[in-house]
Amino acid sequence: MSEPSTPISASQAKDPRFAARLKKRYTSERRFRLLGLGAVVFSALVLAFLIVTMTSNAIGGFKRAELRFPVDFAGAALTLDAGQLAAPDARDKLKTAGLADVIVIAGTKSAGALAASEISDSAWGEVADRLIGDPDLLKSSLEVSVPVTNDLAAALRGEGPEKLRPLAASLAREGKLVSRFDPGFLSRSDATDPQAVGIWGALKGSILTMAVTLLLAFPIGVLSALYLEEYAPRSRWTDLIEVSINNLAAVPSIIFGLLGLSVFLWIFPNYRSAPLIGGMTLALMTMPVIVISGRNAIKSVPPSIRDGALAVGASRVQTVFHHVLPLAMPGILTGTIIGMARALGETAPLLMIGMRAFVATPPDGFTSPSSALPVQIFLWSDEVSRGFVERTSAAIIVLLAFLLALNGLAIYLRNKFETRW
Amino acid sequence: MKKSVLFVATACAVTVLLAGCGGGGNASRDTVRAVGSSTVYPFAKVVADGFAKANSGMASPIIESTGTGAGMKLFCGGVGTQFPDIANASRRIKRSEYDDCAKNGVTDIVEIQVGLDGISLGEAKGGLALPLTQTMIYKAIAANPFGKPNTAKTWKDVDASLPAEPILVYGPPSTSGTRDSLKELILVKGCESDPAMKALKDSDKEQYDKICTEVRGDGLYVDAGENDNLIVQKLEANPKAVGIFGFSYLEENMDKLSGLTMNGVAPTYASIADFSYPGARPLYVYVKLAHVAAIKGLKEYVAQWAASWGKDGVLAKAGMVVATDAVQATNARIATELTKLDPATLK
Repeated sequence: MSEPSTPISASQAKDPRFAARLKKRYTSERRFRLLGLGAVVFSALVLAFLIVTMTSNAIGGFKRAELRFPVDFAGAALTLDAGQLAAPDARDKLKTAGLADVIVIAGTKSAGALAASEISDSAWGEVADRLIGDPDLLKSSLEVSVPVTNDLAAALRGEGPEKLRPLAASLAREGKLVSRFDPGFLSRSDATDPQAVGIWGALKGSILTMAVTLLLAFPIGVLSALYLEEYAPRSRWTDLIEVSINNLAAVPSIIFGLLGLSVFLWIFPNYRSAPLIGGMTLALMTMPVIVISGRNAIKSVPPSIRDGALAVGASRVQTVFHHVLPLAMPGILTGTIIGMARALGETAPLLMIGMRAFVATPPDGFTSPSSALPVQIFLWSDEVSRGFVERTSAAIIVLLAFLLALNGLAIYLRNKFETRW
Repeated sequence: MKKSVLFVATACAVTVLLAGCGGGGNASRDTVRAVGSSTVYPFAKVVADGFAKANSGMASPIIESTGTGAGMKLFCGGVGTQFPDIANASRRIKRSEYDDCAKNGVTDIVEIQVGLDGISLGEAKGGLALPLTQTMIYKAIAANPFGKPNTAKTWKDVDASLPAEPILVYGPPSTSGTRDSLKELILVKGCESDPAMKALKDSDKEQYDKICTEVRGDGLYVDAGENDNLIVQKLEANPKAVGIFGFSYLEENMDKLSGLTMNGVAPTYASIADFSYPGARPLYVYVKLAHVAAIKGLKEYVAQWAASWGKDGVLAKAGMVVATDAVQATNARIATELTKLDPATLK
């Protein structure tokens, strides 16, 4: 800016053509700014719309209808003493002792026979767990809050079978039938009754799958990026590899699913629907993303760092691992998280390898059959029962929260490792 | 130095992981695996739930909804823990599928009819209320009704008694068991109302299949995917459209939809159970006999089906149409004695 610009003479500035040109320039400037702002506002609105509709639907999904009434265990004829509840088969004992009937009888006394007949089949199990947790409760009267059937829950929302609606309304007025926050949604697994489903099985499946993906894709991706960038001679072959990797990153995910089906399931036929196979398939998909972002990150490390390290006598390996890689780490991590986030939301390849199954118990390892979050959402959206609509939204919120946590971790790591020069 | 340690550690973890799964070729399995029809899937889940409650300590069966055809393919892959134990089907196993099974060593199959389902025609409340017959539906959605290209654009073109409203039908895709039933129960019946077509069946089977079961592809019949909920939504949005889906979806959405009569019979629970509604079809479960001894819980799971399909059973509550008492008794016997399927009865 040190160069003196040619001053505009007063006569020039008064020239109407000059004024028109100047005005045109300002207008185009303003137009561009408005367009950019418009684009940002539009995408923000779309995002806000998505989040608002999802959360407003999901609030119902995190709740469930419960019937509240007192049960007098001391007065009920449960042929059990507190000591028996310490045994590992306490649940079976409580079942044979007629716990379910005790609950229904108590429910009938409090809310009437029709309401008691709408108590969910799984209700006794929840009460049983409470009793096992605190055997002394057997000697007292206990206020229980048990889930009701899907029909009564729908009636409470005002949409279920006509004959239950007045009952639901009157029970709700008395405060006996309430829609309560359901913490169990985060700890149970898939079920047939929307009142009894939970997301934990799918969430755990997703976590295990992601772990396998990360363990496979990250080392392989980073090592390939390092080799290609630091060691490989520039030749026709490396060009070919580069093009192939770029192509691989753009391959539709369903193709990877077919590959997983025909290769991985052929090698390990017993692990259909297992997170191990899912993770391996998704790792194929994530790896090229890591390689590409890794190469860019490594490329952006200034050559002076390498020269400096070599100048003080570091070997090539020392240069790479002590200096280049730590400096490139933030970029590599960003790429990894983007790849992982994409893999987390992926449904198509998992459908191909059988992770679309109904699995009612959470997986206990990498090789046991499991579901995954996006597939669970897909499965629930296809359910007949309408109680699943809200549950599906709630599952979407859980998936988004998981994604957000991953992204948050990425930002934290990036800031931690980031160096400026 | 820290970084390289990290890498060695990850590399080790990967090796251990891969080595750990290397020996997985012939591991045993203690969960039942079932694959197949998306129509049977919700019912199979209900039975699985009941199984888990009745047999504490046993893992709940894994049920995968693949569609009847794809399920049969997996089921017939062979004998061994890597193949499913049960195939759910919304139609009978085909002769060709049975032969395929036999070729892969799956010779002993138990066939159990678990209940009924109706493919029903429905529309949004306040729709056209068309009084349809199988022949009308055939004429409306076949690609070449009676051998001539389909030119019908409105229902009036199909039959003069119907209103002059445009034809728009949402139905199952070709991979679905519901589509197979649509072909068998409605299209073929409508097609055979012309004796010439019946004659064609004997002379030129291929041509007959083409004329009688092919569905038009010009946009008036819309594939709505395996997701029957989607059809329900589309019907709500478009009250003049007709939807074809499983009866359980109609029953669940009775406040939004109403069923269309076929041959004067409305799709109701009773009319499907006694087969007076033409869209009724039986649902089956196929069990691999060779697996019964090897897979823990398989016998109990099959028994659970029999315990669930009664009139007041959980399956009826879940929307399945229960079979008649005689059919139930026969199949309960098959389920306990595990009688082999006689291939001679297959088509």
